[in-house]
Amino acid sequence: MRLDFLRSERLPNIWCPGCGNGIVLRSLLEAIDQLKLDPDKIVLVSGIGCSSRAPAYTAFDNVHTLHGRAIPVATGIKLANPDLTVIVLTGDGDSSAIGGNHLIHAARRDVDITVIVFNNFNYGMTGGQSSPLTPSSTITTTTPAGNLDRPFDLVNLAAGAGATYVARSGVYFTKHLTDHIRKAIAHNGFSLVDAVAQCPTYFGRFNKKGSAGQMITSQKDWMVLKSVADKKTPEELVGKTVIGEFVNIERHAPASADAVKEQS
Amino acid sequence: MSESMVLMQGNEAVAEGALAAGVRFFAGYPITPSSEIAEVMARRMPQVGGTFIQMEDEIASIMAIIGASLAGKKVLTATSGPGFSLMQEGLGYACMVEAPIVILDSMRYGPSTGMATKVSQMDFMQARWGTHGDHWVIVLSPSSVEESYQLTIQAVNLAEKYRNPVIILSDETISHLREPIDISNVPPIVERKLPTEKAGYLPYKTDSSLIPTIANVGTGFRTSFTGLVHNESGFQTANGHVAEALVERLRDKLFNNLDDIIRYDIDRAEDADILFMSFGITARAVSEAVESLRSQGRKAGSLRFITLFPFDDERVRRVAGGAKTIVVPELNSGQLVLLVKRVFGDSRRIVPMNKINGDLISPQEILSFVREENL
Repeated sequence: MRLDFLRSERLPNIWCPGCGNGIVLRSLLEAIDQLKLDPDKIVLVSGIGCSSRAPAYTAFDNVHTLHGRAIPVATGIKLANPDLTVIVLTGDGDSSAIGGNHLIHAARRDVDITVIVFNNFNYGMTGGQSSPLTPSSTITTTTPAGNLDRPFDLVNLAAGAGATYVARSGVYFTKHLTDHIRKAIAHNGFSLVDAVAQCPTYFGRFNKKGSAGQMITSQKDWMVLKSVADKKTPEELVGKTVIGEFVNIERHAPASADAVKEQS
Repeated sequence: MSESMVLMQGNEAVAEGALAAGVRFFAGYPITPSSEIAEVMARRMPQVGGTFIQMEDEIASIMAIIGASLAGKKVLTATSGPGFSLMQEGLGYACMVEAPIVILDSMRYGPSTGMATKVSQMDFMQARWGTHGDHWVIVLSPSSVEESYQLTIQAVNLAEKYRNPVIILSDETISHLREPIDISNVPPIVERKLPTEKAGYLPYKTDSSLIPTIANVGTGFRTSFTGLVHNESGFQTANGHVAEALVERLRDKLFNNLDDIIRYDIDRAEDADILFMSFGITARAVSEAVESLRSQGRKAGSLRFITLFPFDDERVRRVAGGAKTIVVPELNSGQLVLLVKRVFGDSRRIVPMNKINGDLISPQEILSFVREENL
């Protein structure tokens, strides 16, 4: 990995021991390296939460915005300078609760940015409250008797809103995760990667998921590759989370970001 | 009439003023009475190689212009009270990261949805104190279509120069007024200062101007922006001394330059025994009332605030002359008058004159008020 992609003077990071965010960040840096992008032309934009601290550990331009607001800021940056690669690093609460409206509209516009959701099923920064991606029945500090609500299916939400690239992966499958982040960044149009990570401090502890290591390795038990899942019946997939590429289509034309270039 | 004179609506003048100042990015959301600005921008931006985008709400609108500003564009958004309320978190963020942005708030009757097509001046204090925490903004108030054009150019210039949000506090009547204006009269345009040396680059390190020289994103300087308290490198810190120095600097970068920022329109204050203090549309009625009073032999004068904030108590005291009576007409329950009372205490007779039914204050009403109150 390119160590010069990190600001070593900003390390160590604020994440708890065993946090999954570092694995997602590493995959992102690996993907950027593989794409041979000009580091001066990359802008990482984030909201508020544990995952949103990731950009400031990198050596790229980075904009730590307000809770839920990374996507409209990223939209402004991309439209102002379409030559930039603009990547949003966000959490499950940041992107799907307070920022949910921005998420669906950016997908609808098919603005050429990439959103990477560090999905650990809860709000870590504030002590482990439930988010719109918290599974039903699970325990958080605001669902002490188990979550009564159903979670969003982030993949279907993004796809339904018009995203032209949507993938899901998990921190156990690091090559798979890196590959899909790379394809998302390279995609021309709005792309989203649901990167499932562990929060052993809160979600894992409250729900007796074991150690961080156990939480990571358990992903191979409850995650199923899409190519495998496609051959299985719905009954066989109960309790499983499918990972892989769900949408990869030509962007809707005309797209805002390119229109700027065409006009000038 | 010269060829550069054109008949224009207030909102259109804001849009054209912004374009003349170099604004090339507009994000907004429809709201009465500011929607025409978005409509003009949707048509005009492509003609000048700029970008117009209609966002999903006012929160997204202000965040989008902040993003475009950090990428180097001069930016504008336009709204009215309900949308301005939604923009407050973004306004605070722009203060903190020192993003040059301009927001137009065309005041309509509030609170809440209020009366969308009726005028007010009820957002005066919101413009100053709408977002949480100690912060400082520049607020300009036009009284005519011509001034809407000129002040929009000034607003963009001030935003870029001081790297600070600037609010144009217009109102429903000025927004929809049509007057002939001279669009050829464009003052010098200010470009933001950019760093040249990458070695030792500290985005929030300042010289005696206290204004940081921050690179636009995508230009190789690798800047970190955050709404968290940050040090000169742009990185978060919980150091109380750094926090104190930062918030003081955000104030002082404006307050050390009040001569540059503050504009008043003063009419015969020096010998006045009755002085009106007002802003925006209300100041037009004051102007006519002062003429009438003078023609009746009454020593009346006017101080019209073109710059509403920063509000400089000492300067107001200095220019107010010796009038024993100060009348403060405004289309709210008494907001500007609070500051006037702060300036003068009990040393003058301060008389609020308020109208909150969605109509304008007329010159005749001011004259009647003066007569009935024995001012």
